[in-house]
Amino acid sequence: MSASQPVWRHPEFKRGAREMRDVALGIGAWGLVAGIAMAKAGLGAALAIAMSLSVFAGSAQLAALPLIAQGAPLWVIWATAFCVNLRFVIFSAGWRPYLEPLSRPRRLLVTYFTVDFTYIAFMRRFPQPAAMSDQLAYVAGNATMSWISWQAMTVAGVVLADVIPTRWGLGFAGSLALLGITASLLVDRGTWIAAAVAASAAFAAFALPFHLNIVVAIAAAMAAGILVDHLAPSRAKAPPSGDAA
Amino acid sequence: MTTWQTLVAIAGLTVVSIVTRGFFMFPRRELPIPAWLREALRYAPLAALVAVLLPELAMTGDHLIATWRDARIYATATGVLVFCTTRSLLGTILAGSAVLLALRLGLNW
Repeated sequence: MSASQPVWRHPEFKRGAREMRDVALGIGAWGLVAGIAMAKAGLGAALAIAMSLSVFAGSAQLAALPLIAQGAPLWVIWATAFCVNLRFVIFSAGWRPYLEPLSRPRRLLVTYFTVDFTYIAFMRRFPQPAAMSDQLAYVAGNATMSWISWQAMTVAGVVLADVIPTRWGLGFAGSLALLGITASLLVDRGTWIAAAVAASAAFAAFALPFHLNIVVAIAAAMAAGILVDHLAPSRAKAPPSGDAA
Repeated sequence: MTTWQTLVAIAGLTVVSIVTRGFFMFPRRELPIPAWLREALRYAPLAALVAVLLPELAMTGDHLIATWRDARIYATATGVLVFCTTRSLLGTILAGSAVLLALRLGLNW
């Protein structure tokens, strides 16, 4: 990052943070639910907060919790989290061209902090690789926003687990954030078809263990999307970008 | 599990986060991504979101919602409506959550 000025003064840092602001509400709601779940799994406040701070992967944490609670073998716990996280493996192939010039430890540092929403926002902001200082400042701003909202609300969930009634369905706020993001990605025929294929595949493969239906849905949607692009190109190829500069 | 076993589990989960998020960051040499794959990759996050969203919005257990008395139907519809008219994420979250809360607490749906 630029040596002359601190990264949080960079205009792309502010932009990254700003574009995460509304989503942060949904992430916070999930964090709250995850915190409650960790406390109710009997993890204890210290371990629950340690888990949230270090693992930083909501869906994997929620999948691993019942396994930890029932004392499952370690390899089962880790394999489950790996499968739930497989979508990130696919995203990391998308990251590679953008982060190629960085050293391996710095590449890993960037990807460790990038959750689904940060990946989507970044690809919308930078359809093509751009200046590294801009890219990194944007990621830093975006990821700082999501990290703080997730961690703060997770801690709140751990502490307030006995006070907040679960039937309020607070986690649904996170799903609504996801719904809005998904809708904003539906910009052309290819994305609509890919989404329909993904939904069908995810439902058809729902019985698979370890949430592997997500990977099936991604593979099916990628195949469908590329078919649409090549068989019936409707317009100049542009990545799904709402108001990207 | 003992505290130590849980700590080992958490440490391993942290490694899983680093390895999965950075999977293709590990090779030292330049990793050429073929053009067709780059094109296809633009559909990956959309598909992941749809797959994660489906059970949250439209399923109970392992089947689709089979009753009209499920607050999620109306909260989702409200969310879609608000987003399509305003393109506001914040509005989508707040309006959908309000409908969900009202139906859950008011009608016990």
